[in-house]
Amino acid sequence: MRYAETGFNLEIDLSRGNIERVETDPRLTELYLGGLGTNAKILWDRVSPETEPFSPDNLLIFSTGLLCGTPAPGANRTIVTTYSPQTLLMGYSMMGGFFAPELKYAGYDKIIFRGKSPKLIYLWIHNDKVEIRDAAHLQGRGAVETQELIRRELNQPNAQVAAIGLAGENRVYTASIEQGRSSCSRLGIGAVMGDKRIKAIAVRGTKDVNLARPEEFIELCNDVLKYIKDREDKPIPGVMPILAGLGSPQEMKHVDEKWHTENFSWGNSRVRRKDFWTKEVEDKWRETQLKARTRLISCYNCPMKCGAIISLEGMSTYMMKCFTKLTYTMAAFVDDLDFGFRIAQRATEYGVDGFSTPQIMAFAFELKEAGILTDADFAGCPEDNEGKFYWLLDRIVRREGIGDVLANGTHWAAQQIGKGAEAYAHNNIKKHEQLPLKLGMLNPVYFLMYCTGEKANITQIEGQFPQAPFPTMEEREDFVKDWVHVPEEKFKQYLLDWEMRGERSNPTYPTVDMSVDIVDWQEKMHYIDDALGVCAGLSSFPLKPPYHIHNYPHFISSATGIEMDEARLTEVYNRNRNLMRAINIRRGLKREDEKPPEDHWRKRFPELEEKLLDAYYKFKGWNKDGIPTKETLQKLNLGYVAEDLEQRGIINNE
Amino acid sequence: MSDVKKKIKNIKIDLDKCNGCRACEMICSAFHANPKYSSNNPARSRIRLVRDPIRDVYLPVYAGEYASAECMGRDKYVIDGKEYGECSFCRASCPSRDAFKEPDSGLPLKCDMCEDLPPGEKPLCVQVCLNEALIYEEREEEAAEAEKPEDVEIGLSSLADKYGLQTVMETLARLSKKE
Repeated sequence: MRYAETGFNLEIDLSRGNIERVETDPRLTELYLGGLGTNAKILWDRVSPETEPFSPDNLLIFSTGLLCGTPAPGANRTIVTTYSPQTLLMGYSMMGGFFAPELKYAGYDKIIFRGKSPKLIYLWIHNDKVEIRDAAHLQGRGAVETQELIRRELNQPNAQVAAIGLAGENRVYTASIEQGRSSCSRLGIGAVMGDKRIKAIAVRGTKDVNLARPEEFIELCNDVLKYIKDREDKPIPGVMPILAGLGSPQEMKHVDEKWHTENFSWGNSRVRRKDFWTKEVEDKWRETQLKARTRLISCYNCPMKCGAIISLEGMSTYMMKCFTKLTYTMAAFVDDLDFGFRIAQRATEYGVDGFSTPQIMAFAFELKEAGILTDADFAGCPEDNEGKFYWLLDRIVRREGIGDVLANGTHWAAQQIGKGAEAYAHNNIKKHEQLPLKLGMLNPVYFLMYCTGEKANITQIEGQFPQAPFPTMEEREDFVKDWVHVPEEKFKQYLLDWEMRGERSNPTYPTVDMSVDIVDWQEKMHYIDDALGVCAGLSSFPLKPPYHIHNYPHFISSATGIEMDEARLTEVYNRNRNLMRAINIRRGLKREDEKPPEDHWRKRFPELEEKLLDAYYKFKGWNKDGIPTKETLQKLNLGYVAEDLEQRGIINNE
Repeated sequence: MSDVKKKIKNIKIDLDKCNGCRACEMICSAFHANPKYSSNNPARSRIRLVRDPIRDVYLPVYAGEYASAECMGRDKYVIDGKEYGECSFCRASCPSRDAFKEPDSGLPLKCDMCEDLPPGEKPLCVQVCLNEALIYEEREEEAAEAEKPEDVEIGLSSLADKYGLQTVMETLARLSKKE
């Protein structure tokens, strides 16, 4: 018997309409755990680096994490992996919700799509019964609406459905996959789903998920629940409210948006409005949010309430989480939060990424102002800030007129438009739109994470270590007192010595080596979460989370029976980290691509930045170009990767 | 006839506090697995979350008595503008739906308030519900102790029901003559 995992994948050949249930090799679980780790292995083995994202040869993998469906709180993430049409690198996007556990209960760890369907379809998985069904009647339907329609037509109220909207069908590069309150939004994964002509996947499972050492495992789960309860009663002092507790940033719970509205940039990541958050705005926004929000909700088996049901008069209900309430509002320069909730409803039905899409629109209107795009491009567009955003959103998801160009994201749109438009696509890393955040002094830890993150998305890397030093020694000592999460004691000293100003402050402190250590720890936790399917909100993202490097090995070994300790788990992390790097290197990733947006910090230090990157690469066992060395790969049982890179002349045959 | 004290176990369900996570379903199915916690499968759970986010319906329901037949008529309740089918509140395992049945055998499931737990411990669904949508209560009630009819009397009265008292008496008389 297999424990925690089911030991079976579904292989769907869309071109031929073939469905197979394939047993997996348990040895791969020991090496890569599951989720993102085994997804990367499959992508490396089966999709050649020359494959175009919209080729039938590209795979689209929906994976559960290793612990999904077990009693581990918050183990509910679905990890979707493919080649991204936007970055052209390995794209992985993740969602919480209820899909991954349901897939496990149906008896599968992953669904692997290959080929391309001749017509729009949806997949219906009901335990051993798996059908490809016609979806012609769902064409053009909203992503939320589609989930309801499918549940109704199957007469399966408990089925979990992941669907794309119009944006995915039209292969918009910022298309998302929506599922209940959750979505895989980043990197254009929804466009690949649309390209394969998959409108939705519905799953219902009523089978068991087994544990190797149940008594031990349940004890660990109880400890985590108890920790969550205690931790929620003790928010961390001295950090902003959305980061003081657990979960993903508590944007649905908190109404105080002083920090975001005054520190993040408005428009096309340009303007800071330092006096925005007045009493009047605060009262109005509170009223709007509390009225729109019907209930705070969670994902499967998690006590947190990071999401909300949003019901506004005159439009259908949808669900929301995190930061999207502000992204459209701020990109459009609209001072009314009601607009944010309303346009997000339309955007969610269309199925688009709430981070990139508003920035694309702000970018377009900046180009219009600069005369690079013309009035003809915007013929029929209303003048008011709200109206013009709705208008352009409609064009983008339908790929009409200028919308067709913009649907490829700011990087590719700028290339296509030319005439200096490239300078306006200024907030990208590896062709991907970033948080609209512009700061003063370079932070060495964040510099490294921005540069080297394989996903090109900061929130998927950060966590664990405070974003800024605490002003007084008293506060620092208080913080490190119960900081059991550190992998080594030295991290406490890093924090104790970190000052707001002077010698031991940014950019030279944390020092280069310390910065590398901190980044390695933060990355490690994310890579483990993404293999296990545990939500970053209970692990790698917040300060002092319930899951950490010291209790994770016990979770893994008691769930699966695989022998695991901190050293072994670190090795798995290094293996997955290097495999992902190798995939992207093989796709053409270069050192020169590893840089933050030029204007991310006002004060930059080119020499120090080179040192940081050098030190990080060295620490990882990579060469000066950021390519894993043969020795590094071989040590991690990745000899087959080294061999391939050698054959391609990417690493030397010495 | 005398009054006796009876312990009533009660779970108060606060629908407004439910965040819809289904931890209650998960832990129920894990606890009732054999060996304990060796597997979990919400479809085996004795508590079900009737969940319809778009209509903001979040309703945990416990499995109660088995019903061999479905109801003849069904009603709908509208509460705070939200429509609930009558079955939403119903605890029965019945032929009209697949709730509260073992997925493999179809046998009915019933909540036992985790009676295998050490005394004093709350049912596990309550323990894992950190949002306190499920609240355990115990209360004592005075109940009239029903007179316990002797087994023979029960047997005889059921025979009387079936054949009529006269027939039973005649039979008894005939039997006593034979003795």
